[in-house]
Amino acid sequence: MELAFSDEDLAFREEVRTFVADNLPADIAESVRRGRAIDKLDIQRWQRILFDRGWAAPAWPVEYGGPGWDATKRYIFDEVMSEFDTPETIPFGTLMVGPLIYTFGNQAQKDRFLPKILTGEEWWCQGYSEPGSGSDLASLQTKAVRDGEHYVVNGTKTWNSSAHVADWVFCLVRTSNEGKQQEGISFLLIDMTTPGIDPKPIISIDGAHHLNMTYYTDVRVPVENRIGEENKGWTYAKFLLGHERNSIAEVGLSKQRVRRLRKIAGEEQFGGGSLADDATYAGRIANVEISLTALEYLNLRFLAEEAAGRPIGPEVSMLKIKGTEIRQKLTELTIEALGYYAMPFEPEQLTDRWNEPPIGPDHAAAQMPQYLFSRAATIYGGSNEIQRNIIAKMVLGL
Amino acid sequence: MDFSLSEEQQLLKDSVQRFVREEYELEARRKLVASDIGYSEEHWAKMAELGWLALSLPEEYGGIGGGPVDTMVLMEELGRGLVVEPYLTSVVIGGGFLMAAGSKEQKTELLPKLAAGELKLAFAYAERQSRFDLNDVECTAEASAEGGGDSYKISGHKGVVFHAASADKIIVSARTSGGSRDADGITLFLIDNNADGLSRRDYPTVDGLRASELEMDGVAGTPLGQVGGGAALMDTVVGQAIAAICAEAVGCMDVLQETTNEYLKTRVQFGVPLSKFQVLQHRMVDMFMECEQARSMTYMVNLKVDEADKVEREKAISAAKVQIGNSGRYVGQQSVQLHGGMGMTDELHVGHYFKRLTMIDTMFGNKDHHLKRYADL
Amino acid sequence: MDMNFHPEDLAFRDEVRKFIGENLPNDLREKVRRGLHLGKEDFEFWQKKLNDRGWFAPHWPIELGGVAWSSTQHYLFQNEQVEANCPSVMPFGVRMVAPVIFTYGTDEQKQRFLPPILDSSVWWCQGYSEPGSGSDLASLQTKAVRDGDHYVINGTKTWTTLAQHADWIFCLVRTSSDGKPQEGISFLLIDMKSPGIEVTPIITIDGSHEVNSVFFTDVRVPLKNLIGEENKGWTYAKFLLLFERSNSLTGGLKQQLHRLKTVAAAELSGGAALRDDSAFAARVADYEVQLRTYDALELRTLGKTEPGAEASYLKILGTDLQQLASELTLQAVSYYGNPSIRDALVYGYNEPSIGPEYAAPAAPQYFNYRKTAIYAGSNEIQRNILSKAVLGM
Ligand SMILES: Cc1cc2nc3c(=O)[nH]c(=O)nc-3n(C[C@H](O)[C@H](O)[C@H](O)COP(=O)(O)OP(=O)(O)OC[C@H]3O[C@@H](n4cnc5c(N)ncnc54)[C@H](O)[C@@H]3O)c2cc1C
Ligand SMILES: Cc1cc2nc3c(=O)[nH]c(=O)nc-3n(C[C@H](O)[C@H](O)[C@H](O)COP(=O)(O)OP(=O)(O)OC[C@H]3O[C@@H](n4cnc5c(N)ncnc54)[C@H](O)[C@@H]3O)c2cc1C
Repeated sequence: MELAFSDEDLAFREEVRTFVADNLPADIAESVRRGRAIDKLDIQRWQRILFDRGWAAPAWPVEYGGPGWDATKRYIFDEVMSEFDTPETIPFGTLMVGPLIYTFGNQAQKDRFLPKILTGEEWWCQGYSEPGSGSDLASLQTKAVRDGEHYVVNGTKTWNSSAHVADWVFCLVRTSNEGKQQEGISFLLIDMTTPGIDPKPIISIDGAHHLNMTYYTDVRVPVENRIGEENKGWTYAKFLLGHERNSIAEVGLSKQRVRRLRKIAGEEQFGGGSLADDATYAGRIANVEISLTALEYLNLRFLAEEAAGRPIGPEVSMLKIKGTEIRQKLTELTIEALGYYAMPFEPEQLTDRWNEPPIGPDHAAAQMPQYLFSRAATIYGGSNEIQRNIIAKMVLGL
Repeated sequence: MDFSLSEEQQLLKDSVQRFVREEYELEARRKLVASDIGYSEEHWAKMAELGWLALSLPEEYGGIGGGPVDTMVLMEELGRGLVVEPYLTSVVIGGGFLMAAGSKEQKTELLPKLAAGELKLAFAYAERQSRFDLNDVECTAEASAEGGGDSYKISGHKGVVFHAASADKIIVSARTSGGSRDADGITLFLIDNNADGLSRRDYPTVDGLRASELEMDGVAGTPLGQVGGGAALMDTVVGQAIAAICAEAVGCMDVLQETTNEYLKTRVQFGVPLSKFQVLQHRMVDMFMECEQARSMTYMVNLKVDEADKVEREKAISAAKVQIGNSGRYVGQQSVQLHGGMGMTDELHVGHYFKRLTMIDTMFGNKDHHLKRYADL
Repeated sequence: MDMNFHPEDLAFRDEVRKFIGENLPNDLREKVRRGLHLGKEDFEFWQKKLNDRGWFAPHWPIELGGVAWSSTQHYLFQNEQVEANCPSVMPFGVRMVAPVIFTYGTDEQKQRFLPPILDSSVWWCQGYSEPGSGSDLASLQTKAVRDGDHYVINGTKTWTTLAQHADWIFCLVRTSSDGKPQEGISFLLIDMKSPGIEVTPIITIDGSHEVNSVFFTDVRVPLKNLIGEENKGWTYAKFLLLFERSNSLTGGLKQQLHRLKTVAAAELSGGAALRDDSAFAARVADYEVQLRTYDALELRTLGKTEPGAEASYLKILGTDLQQLASELTLQAVSYYGNPSIRDALVYGYNEPSIGPEYAAPAAPQYFNYRKTAIYAGSNEIQRNILSKAVLGM
């Protein structure tokens, strides 16, 4: 057992630090710090910077344009990104559909899709959930019927994050009603500009438009946009759910939030001093920080397993459960820190349409929306109840 | 970065497991706990023979030169067995003090005996008013003319001194200068268990161990380490002890988690095994996660306990102790709950692990204490 | 809505206080206050005092020895006693089997069994649980087979509290294996001196002897000891369970809080009293706030004639708080929770205490109180009941 990083790893850390310090645009960092909405153009701008350095997709193999890092380097990279006010990675392209395409796609699909995912030119969204199929995803009903060289897709997908700004959607559709539900599902890549696709906004409790309900009416999708075999889509989707497990704990992101929380608590007045000096409040931050340390070392243990070439089992669901609980706790502590100034609720303040001075401290406006939206973290990506079911069954044999 | 055990560590683990399997069946332990001295001299001799007592001691003094991770491996398995021999107090703490601060003579005299199982040590630090503050010391030590400057007379009271009765020598914290809660002015002393002026009141503890109240009235002691420099020394060694009991706690939690899992699968109520009820499944998952978090923190603290950066080290120690306190509480309480009436019986081993975990939280400061310490660092 | 007590209630409370002041001896009060072991004779003493005053069975029908109190007065009566460190009343006779007897028993049974319960000359215990039947009580297997004018009983009861002191046991036994399991159960009153009954102790994790296994081998019980109808025992048991769960815990919780505060005032931390430590003070305050919530809930349910689903949530919240208070007390005594000398819990123990006097009961009570979430219908089972009965799930 040992914890030390090699000299090479330490040099790498310095290299990433220097790079981010020199290249992260100040306006983007400022928006991230204040929790403002980062729009597509800004995210693309940052991804392009990373792409030019060869770092747009840390986990991708070299042959598809990745840097070919080992688990330790990827951990260090995440860690450094969290030291700065870098924007969160949008997962759908580089973390989700990209690996799926290079693992199961054909050469033409790789050539067509991967480069633009790397550069960030093409944005993706995920079309899995349906109004009647959430946790029980395999019951999905959106139909794809063969018609010559096309599938004709009809149905409704919901909770589609970023569908209103996405260029493409990766979809699970039903191609057969025979046998087990899981065995009649196919995986399609669909151009969002195809006639018959109609995303309608769903405004979430933070007052913002992240989510959409997407209606599909006689949408024609070329058969060549199907990944792998027909009716094997569930297998690919499962692969994807289990992919990039290291990132599901989001330790880096939570560390960034802890630092921000400490800063806010240091600036908030309390009984003539600062809130950070209040023993009870400081104890609560310490508590979350300790949980985060436990999560970090749990994550490192998985990384070390992976690095040693040992398979990682379903116990990795722990990372999702603990990671999201910690994130929620952090947002909760943050709004508590703000006291009254958590209450003014003008999501408009978070957009670039807002020109007035902030109400209260400039970091305040973002916190309540973040607290509210973070409630979703224990619901999406397989709810925490479902993750517990998985561990109970697959790990504990209950 | 690597969290796997070396081949030697794996062998060590196997050998402790064998010992526990052969010697520590619950009934055997019950007899030991009820016996006069509360542990077994044969076990102690065997632990010496197997090299465990020498494990963490330096090679030049008859030791094996192992590090915190080796101790961790050993302690975790001792925890699984609820082993009652005074390993922690003698080797981890007593040996720890000698290694960190013993004079050449003290090391030469005592460490080889410790390694050979011919010496047992105890550590007297708590006082009635001190709670978890190691520096809250009212026992006093005055230089005495007799010993030519190196001899002191110690007076005062020490409480809940684990394994004092079986120890040959006791390490005592006492004040050579300063006010009652000052960090400066505390000195550690070695005293003989049969020294004049020392009276002991021995008793069993809730977790199956033995402890004593010590009353000292001019007891002769020789300084261990620098006079007045005891506080820093205690920080170091108690930090190592905390890292070690975290491992012990993980061993206890693992047993509880495995036992409860097994029980839920076999206990039938309402025509089905209890394991079919989702509330109980999720409770088990939460227990499992507590164990894994505790294990992660135990690895972390044992990898950092010798870290040079003080803040980094102390934070690691307090963070681990908080996690162990929280996890141990949850796993212990829920194991009893999920066993129903059976969990309440003295006959089943569940209650004994639960009691040990409860007391581990108190040792060297409970979760509240370490949370505050962490926040203040 | 009115949360205040009426003047007549307050006058009643003073009357109770005066009675306690005049009748509770100091040594008994001390034992209770310090959480020491109480012997059978201690309970008996106090129960007899209460009975002399006509207050031992206040919730019984008046003609049988009850008192015409309002629910508020019942509440005050119970809680005043606890706050004044009176011994608790052993529930098995007066609170448990008696209501079953006066509700479902024959006149002969009432005449025979109720008076000795009132004067505490006969002690009862409860024989429901079996090794294979805990939460799923209806699956019980102890058999009662008719043989002339007797039942012959064979089987094992377990976790039977205070069976070692009991003269009689009220038992659920299986008289039929047809139909639903609930429909073949009968409710029998059994003399513990009957040949074929054997009681063996079960020691609990706190080291005390509170519960037992009770073995029945060809035990002959007269048919006249059957309550109500054969195979209807489940109905009577359910009736009784509601009483068991509706026991007010407020007084006991306040007493625990009081003890905790005493400890926190006496213990030192960083040179000051532990109660001034902000983290610990916050924990105690949090406990106290929850206790107030519990109390308010209990008061709200006072007016109700039949304890219903409220009994389930009061059981859950109340026992959570019992456990929490015992845990905080153990934390407060820190190192001195660990010394374990059984005799230190016996009144009159002559050695000086190890550490402070209040330390000795802290750990035993904490460990013992784990039981509260298990017995009388575990808290998981109470949640099942609530989700079904209240939430309609
Ligand atoms: C902010 C946000 C973004 C999202 N983005 C996307 C996206 O981009 N693309 C996409 O396809 N989907 C997306 N989702 C959908 C997400 O995957 C679903 O919300 C999730 O699968 C849960 O389904 P549901 O909402 O229908 O809840 P339900 O499945 O109806 O569950 C309701 C509650 O019941 C619990 N539950 C369900 N089954 C069980 C069980 N067997 N045992 C115990 N508890 C159970 C759940 O845990 C949950 O608490 C997003 C959701 C949110 C909130
Ligand atoms: C100190 C003590 C005193 C007692 N005194 C008496 C007495 O005097 N007389 C008497 O008859 N009995 C007595 N009992 C027995 C008590 O009623 C039983 O312990 C209780 O009914 C639980 O049964 P069990 O112990 O068999 O646990 P089990 O029923 O085996 O339950 C084990 C665990 O599983 C949970 N569980 C069980 N079923 C479900 C479900 N459907 N859904 C979710 N969770 C579930 C339980 O909550 C518990 O956590 C006493 C018990 C104790 C501990």
